[in-house]
Amino acid sequence: MTFLAKPKLHHPALKPNELGYTRRDYEGSISTLCAGCGHDSISAAIIQAVYQMNLPPHRIAKLSGIGCSSKTPTYFLGNSHGFNSVHGRMPSVLTGANLANRDLIYLGVSGDGDSASIGLGQFAHAIRRGVNMTYIVENNGVYGLTKGQFSATADRGSKSKKGAINADESIDMVALALQLGATFVARSFSGDKTQLVPLIEAALNHQGAAFIDVISPCVAFNNHTGSTKAFDYVREHNEAVNYMDVITPRAPITVEYAQGAVEDVTQHDGTKLRLRKLAATYDVHDRNGAMAYLQTRKAAGEIVTGLLFVDPEAEDLHVSLNTAKTPLKDFNDPHLCPGSQALDKLNASLR
Amino acid sequence: MSQSVERINDFVVKFANVNGSGSASANQLFAKSILRMGVPVAPRNIFPSNIQGLPTWYEIRVSEKGYLGAHGGVDLMVAMNPQTWDQDVKSIDAGGYLFYDSTKPIAKSKFREDITVIGVPLTEMCNKEYSDPRQRQLFKNIIYVGALSALLDIEPKVIEDLLAEQFKGKDKLIAPNIHALYMGRDYALKNLQCPLNLRIRRADAVGDRISIEGNAASALGAVYGGATVCAWYPITPSSSLAEGFQKYCSKFRVDPETKENRFAIVQAEDEIASIGMVIGAAWNGARSFTATSGPGISLMQEFLGLAYFAEIPAVIFDVQRGGPSTGMPTRTQQSDLLLCAYASHGDTKHVLLFPEDPAECFEFGATAFDLADRLQTPIFVLLDLDIGMNERLCAPLKWDDSRRFDRGKVMTAEELEAGKDFGRYLDVDGDGIPYRTYPGTHPKRGAFFTRGTSRDRYARYTEDADAYRDNMERLLRKYDTARHIVPKAIARPSKVPTKQGAIFFGSSSAAMHEAVDRMEEAGIHLDTLRVRSFPFGDEVIDFIASHEKVFVVEQNRDAQLRTLLVNELEIDPAKLVPILHFDGTPITARIISGAISAKVKPARLKEAV
Repeated sequence: MTFLAKPKLHHPALKPNELGYTRRDYEGSISTLCAGCGHDSISAAIIQAVYQMNLPPHRIAKLSGIGCSSKTPTYFLGNSHGFNSVHGRMPSVLTGANLANRDLIYLGVSGDGDSASIGLGQFAHAIRRGVNMTYIVENNGVYGLTKGQFSATADRGSKSKKGAINADESIDMVALALQLGATFVARSFSGDKTQLVPLIEAALNHQGAAFIDVISPCVAFNNHTGSTKAFDYVREHNEAVNYMDVITPRAPITVEYAQGAVEDVTQHDGTKLRLRKLAATYDVHDRNGAMAYLQTRKAAGEIVTGLLFVDPEAEDLHVSLNTAKTPLKDFNDPHLCPGSQALDKLNASLR
Repeated sequence: MSQSVERINDFVVKFANVNGSGSASANQLFAKSILRMGVPVAPRNIFPSNIQGLPTWYEIRVSEKGYLGAHGGVDLMVAMNPQTWDQDVKSIDAGGYLFYDSTKPIAKSKFREDITVIGVPLTEMCNKEYSDPRQRQLFKNIIYVGALSALLDIEPKVIEDLLAEQFKGKDKLIAPNIHALYMGRDYALKNLQCPLNLRIRRADAVGDRISIEGNAASALGAVYGGATVCAWYPITPSSSLAEGFQKYCSKFRVDPETKENRFAIVQAEDEIASIGMVIGAAWNGARSFTATSGPGISLMQEFLGLAYFAEIPAVIFDVQRGGPSTGMPTRTQQSDLLLCAYASHGDTKHVLLFPEDPAECFEFGATAFDLADRLQTPIFVLLDLDIGMNERLCAPLKWDDSRRFDRGKVMTAEELEAGKDFGRYLDVDGDGIPYRTYPGTHPKRGAFFTRGTSRDRYARYTEDADAYRDNMERLLRKYDTARHIVPKAIARPSKVPTKQGAIFFGSSSAAMHEAVDRMEEAGIHLDTLRVRSFPFGDEVIDFIASHEKVFVVEQNRDAQLRTLLVNELEIDPAKLVPILHFDGTPITARIISGAISAKVKPARLKEAV
């Protein structure tokens, strides 16, 4: 969009969070995506979430693959280390990074081309290993940077900008994540910040593999009549099962809700997810029920959004590997190298 | 008939077995008993891509002189596999011996006139002694070891001691094994002419050397070198390297109090994910590696280019096997040099290390992590199946306790706080190596965006032509720095001044030293240079410059090392004569000396002309 550098000046009225950082401290450089791109709304939601959570920016690592969505980490959290890796392979890089330092918060940003096609395998395996991460797919059903080819999440029968009809079945990333054992699964819409920001907060607090599929319309190539990922279409067919507030012990939220419409879920780190249920019978703890519900509503043409499944007592890869609490990167010679005496003993056993 | 000359401590025994019959441990017991008598042996597994049922061989070269390269030929064949009988009998050198199970009569036409046949009714003896089929199978192997001990004059006490060591903690098994050993030994002493003309005589030629597989030694090197993250995908012949790392980590890296692991090992979904995890971990400050073979390196190409360009330390052990494609998974080759040296698209060059034996696998295995951190780039350790999967006699592994990990140029939180200028791709010291920061170091300074796309010296995205070129040229400067810090080539001058040289590397070493001795006896003198790394140091340039003709000995079809020499050092190709071996078997002294001799007139003959 623009190559202008973002001015460093802060408006004096910008309110700092508890750590003394303003929203500006969580921003990145100016987006080069198209004006109106859904991805920019998601970047803004990430900034908002991290600002509200009072997270020190340098304790987050943001990783991505290749594509429009994978460019976005440049546009948020400028004080965080970022890694724009290769196409479809963000999950493995993130997994390795997480193994090296379990103390950082890992945010993986990917797209539907990156995660549902070339990177489907890595997506699946990172989820099934239970890597502690927030994995966001900015899902627009189309390849943007290469100008408008269908992606694997494009619905069968949907129409491309040039008029081609997609004949292939679509891949539902949420259904996959549920089947593969993700312990936090959500879907949202880039145009619904009220729903999205708390989901990102809750996911970042989650101690396990958290997956959020965010429908994020592509204004340049997939926002026309006949597309099921267009702004209008998603707005018309969005069926939110819940909205929520994330309540940290320090910042209680005291809004009154109608009886029966609220459910509190306390995550492992102590944060409470206060769900405002729109679908009264929907149970966020029922993995199988979630899968069935999604399929049924999809058949009815609806896009189910909200927190779809959560296991608040999730355990991550480090638990199954029994890794030391100290990040592996912080060990040095004395803790890692067995020394010459041990080697002499070993030599003796090899004669 | 037995017209063979006496051969003491210098012959080849080959066992033909069926995969999965439990022969491996008996054969190893046999090899080790010779070692314990102070006589060097070089054992080699020759095995198919199979788990059970197909033929497998175990070849033991006995050499008091310490020649550990493959020899070629067989002096004593222990033919335990009817499937390969014809082939096995055929492979015996004239005047050699055939040892077989004589329980079932075998047609006279199935033997040879020019070898000595030794029959022992192994199956019959087993069936008489044991009723359990598994016992019949396993003890048959020990019985033949017993018979061979009598035939070759191996001290039975040595084998008894080894059995006692092997079954320490399962002491009940010691006596029955010793019983089986003597069943075979006593039978041979009573019924056969013992010993043969092939004989083991106690010597003192082993010294303090150890026997270890190169894969295990590499894994230990990774432990000593401080690797904490290993991501891998199973592939022959490298799997035992990652498994060795797991084993040694369980021994050395578990916190004694908390029982927590100071390591993380992930069996990835494929080689692409393996190298991705290695890169992610290394980016984040942990020493990490993967172990693979040629097909794995092929899959890793894109990531290797990213690691080169984004300057991320990574260590890759490539245990080479026969290629291209699936090639011969269980055979040896040195055919991944070009693949690794120039891995990935665009202009890339990588650092390669070539260990000659397990001792150097250990040394380079540890050093690779220092080099990776120092140079902020992938480091390849290129071993092969021959040294990777065979127990090779080598110098004891050594570690200097004063040695410290070299973590390279890492800017600290204190330096950032003090306002030190940080440019991720800024060449501060003129050696082409920039400073890096680990993620999470400082709240407001030192964060940068790692990418495979072009950027300026401060890691800001740019497609500017000058910035791109500036970066690519700095990478060349860094490569030149690498040239000066990688392990230097080792020269071995001839006893007689000569204008002819030979360059070799890696597992060819053992056969090469023997070949040089052989040729020397025949009046062909060669200076040799063992290249230990790529890029080549000045010593390689000087060596080639000081010789008229240089033979380049390697185990691949396309003369890959020679290609690198020609390409990187701008050597006249006519000066470098390729000596190639690439059939999947390990190179031998016979092959090397034969090929070189054919291209050289011995000095004294030349003078006579």
